[in-house]
Amino acid sequence: MIRIGLIINPIAGMGGRVGLKGTDGLANLAKSLGARPQAGNKVIRMLAQIPADSGVSLLTPPGKMGEEAAKTAGFNVTVLDMSVTGDTTGDDTKDAATLMIQAGVDLLVFAGGDGTARDVYRAVGEDLPVLGIPAGVKIHSPVFAQTPEAAGRVVHDVVRGRGSRSSLREVLDIDEALYRNGQVQTRLYGYLLVPESKQIQGRKAGTSLGERAAQNQICLDYLDRMKPDAVYLIGPGTTTRPVMENLGLEHSLLGVDVIENQKLIAKDVSEQELLELTKSRKVNIFITPIGGQGYLFGRGNHQISPEVIQQAGKDNIKIGATMEKIGSLQGAHFLLDTGCPETDKMLKGYTRVITGYRQEMIYPIA
Amino acid sequence: MEPIDRSATVRENFHQAKWDEPIIFELSTPGERGINVPLAEGEIIDAVGESDIPSSMRRAEPAALPEIAQPRVLRHYMRLSQQTLGADVNIEIGQGTCTVKYSPKINEVLARQPQITELHPLQPEETVQGMMEIFHKTDCFLREISGLDRFTFQPGGGSQGILTMASVVQNYFADKGEADQRDEIITTIYSHPSDAAAPAVKGYKIIHIGPDKDGYPDFEAFKEAVGPRTAAFFVANPEDTGVYNPKVKAFTDLVHEHGGLCGYDQANANGLLGVTRAREAGFDLCFFNLHKSFSTPHGCGGPACGATGAVKALESFLPGPLINETKQQDGTIGYAFDNSFKNDTHCVGKVRSWYGVAPVVLKAYAWIMSMGPEGLYETAKVAVLNNNYLFKKLMEIPCVDAPYIKGKQRVEQVRYTIEKLTQDTGITSGDIQRRMMDFGMHYWTSHHPYHIPEPITLEPTETPSKEDLDEYINTLKHIFQEAYDNPEIIKTAPHQSVCHQVDDSWSDDPAKWAISWRSYLKKTGQIKSGQA
Repeated sequence: MIRIGLIINPIAGMGGRVGLKGTDGLANLAKSLGARPQAGNKVIRMLAQIPADSGVSLLTPPGKMGEEAAKTAGFNVTVLDMSVTGDTTGDDTKDAATLMIQAGVDLLVFAGGDGTARDVYRAVGEDLPVLGIPAGVKIHSPVFAQTPEAAGRVVHDVVRGRGSRSSLREVLDIDEALYRNGQVQTRLYGYLLVPESKQIQGRKAGTSLGERAAQNQICLDYLDRMKPDAVYLIGPGTTTRPVMENLGLEHSLLGVDVIENQKLIAKDVSEQELLELTKSRKVNIFITPIGGQGYLFGRGNHQISPEVIQQAGKDNIKIGATMEKIGSLQGAHFLLDTGCPETDKMLKGYTRVITGYRQEMIYPIA
Repeated sequence: MEPIDRSATVRENFHQAKWDEPIIFELSTPGERGINVPLAEGEIIDAVGESDIPSSMRRAEPAALPEIAQPRVLRHYMRLSQQTLGADVNIEIGQGTCTVKYSPKINEVLARQPQITELHPLQPEETVQGMMEIFHKTDCFLREISGLDRFTFQPGGGSQGILTMASVVQNYFADKGEADQRDEIITTIYSHPSDAAAPAVKGYKIIHIGPDKDGYPDFEAFKEAVGPRTAAFFVANPEDTGVYNPKVKAFTDLVHEHGGLCGYDQANANGLLGVTRAREAGFDLCFFNLHKSFSTPHGCGGPACGATGAVKALESFLPGPLINETKQQDGTIGYAFDNSFKNDTHCVGKVRSWYGVAPVVLKAYAWIMSMGPEGLYETAKVAVLNNNYLFKKLMEIPCVDAPYIKGKQRVEQVRYTIEKLTQDTGITSGDIQRRMMDFGMHYWTSHHPYHIPEPITLEPTETPSKEDLDEYINTLKHIFQEAYDNPEIIKTAPHQSVCHQVDDSWSDDPAKWAISWRSYLKKTGQIKSGQA
């Protein structure tokens, strides 16, 4: 029997309806402006895709954090031993997720937005498959299914034992306080392991290479380009990770690692450490854009400051991205926000992106 | 008596044949025979012996073939044939980029004549002059259609045509001593994926160009791509979006300025016959799929031909043998194989055995002869007219759109998007594809990865009538409405097809693969490893 943990952030999405651009810390204001909870309904839509007799075992927090919606959808549920009273917070989500890991669930499904994804990530890390039902105001992280129904179909596939690939997807969030003032500042908080929908492939459509295999190809190409006695900065993300894996080096998924002559010089460095390490050296940088957004610098890799970028020079900065990732941008250009207009200007224009082994795409940077 | 009600515009009661037919090995009964071949009579054995086959070449054990009588073999394959959705039973609009047109049956009759089926490629050339004449004349037709100077029929399909172009490019630069320097081939993301895959097989690095905001290959990106490392530019035009790049000559000129070659993927030439040519667009190489534009037809991945052409300067690199027209001593015209390629170390050599699939070349020849030059031009005009009609009608449906310049005319096909339908209902283009099977129709999304969200690629060709087009459009409308009213029926489709939703999760796990009957028996423990 497949055990599914289900967590609802009951206030998710309320801020959006009343123009608050997010509900983090503002649930009371949203309510006073007339917002009504809606995440529960989305969960009911999701559960409608799964026959109640499919043998699924649901585990939820009590009340509005899951129990009520699951019962409305006609499911028997096991309720977690925790109390949920009054307005819920991100800590309730985190606590529920921790209890679910202890209970040994096979998949955790949550309804919320980017803030909820961050709370789940705090408890789960990269170990347990997690799927988001889009219910929040901010849905920037590619950990969410496109619709509640699409989420239900992925869950149904898992329940039926249809093996689907899982891949690490970014947990992104913007600073809501800044966003309300009109500034978009996205940060990369971590990665969740997300099961992919295994749709029946269309005729004549060759099976695309699995994401990890495609990322590995990109990194094998980059490894071929590496030269002795030069410093290589490997940026955050799953795309660049196989560089470290192929060399058998430790790495930090969220940080910047430094290698030279195929040896790890420093892991998860700060800007200051980078400046020290790269002083009067030949510097190479390998990065990947943020999925769905296209930011190359200034989001999640602030350690690579304009000074470091200038020292490397345009030609020694290489970008890796799978064709799927480029496709997800739907033609939008790569973006820069280094904080230094001169550096942004230097990098602007067309660049050669590594998209596979001995395969590149010419792509514009805005 | 009431007249029969024929007012329905959609085949709601379609149901495909489903015979629940086992695999032929499962139908085998030991000792059952299709034909009982009588033993040779004594005086024959006395004269020629038991067999001419040396004992070292004979099987110790008979082959483990199914043992089954003729009527059961016939029934088996007739049933399987009814379980397909072939070009002869459905309105073939849904397989964009495939150019599935009606192929006149008379051409099949020609190709099945014993004079054709009994030919052998090792026959002396004086005994196959007729077939060689057909090869030569088809070559001449394609020269006219493309403007290039010589064609080979050896490539057994479109991707092999591209591989042949990449091979010619490689040998051309090897001949010039530039092979190491020129290691890149440029293509576009909306060209066929084989334009990247086949050169990659030859060791080329592939450089992709994306579209600009209007959907044409981005010329600014292209300028960044072209340089001293460029061996060639391989592109389809129109691309898979159906958008024709009118400035293609600027692209080929730029490549030539940098010393590179240009190869034209003309797999989808159907809307261009008699309209534009590879030569005037600046291409040095091109290929046509005889099984697409030239009606031979698609053979389920079987008999095909990617006829590949070259300009004079590249002719000697084409795979051989080519067929030359010769003048006999008595003044009559004859045909001879040109075997000079065997001594030419720069020639590609062979990309496939022999000369190409002779019945396919024959069918293309017969089709071109029946159409004539005006008929070929008419083909292109009607294919474009049909596509324009379909495009206009589909764009009137609120959930259908086509990216790039609004309403801009395409050539012979269009890549649409139904992203709005997916946002409104959660129904994806892949779901619609499965539901179309319930009405006996094909529907194709796109190659992967999707650069256009929730894509559909449709190509009507010159074949369908207005009534056929209307039926296809009405069926699509019917399903789009279902997406809003009853999405469940689409999500669980197909319901009326041979197979319903297939669990393909095994495809990621080699332990669950069985690519032959014997491997299936082994993997399921029905026979042990080493057993027949």
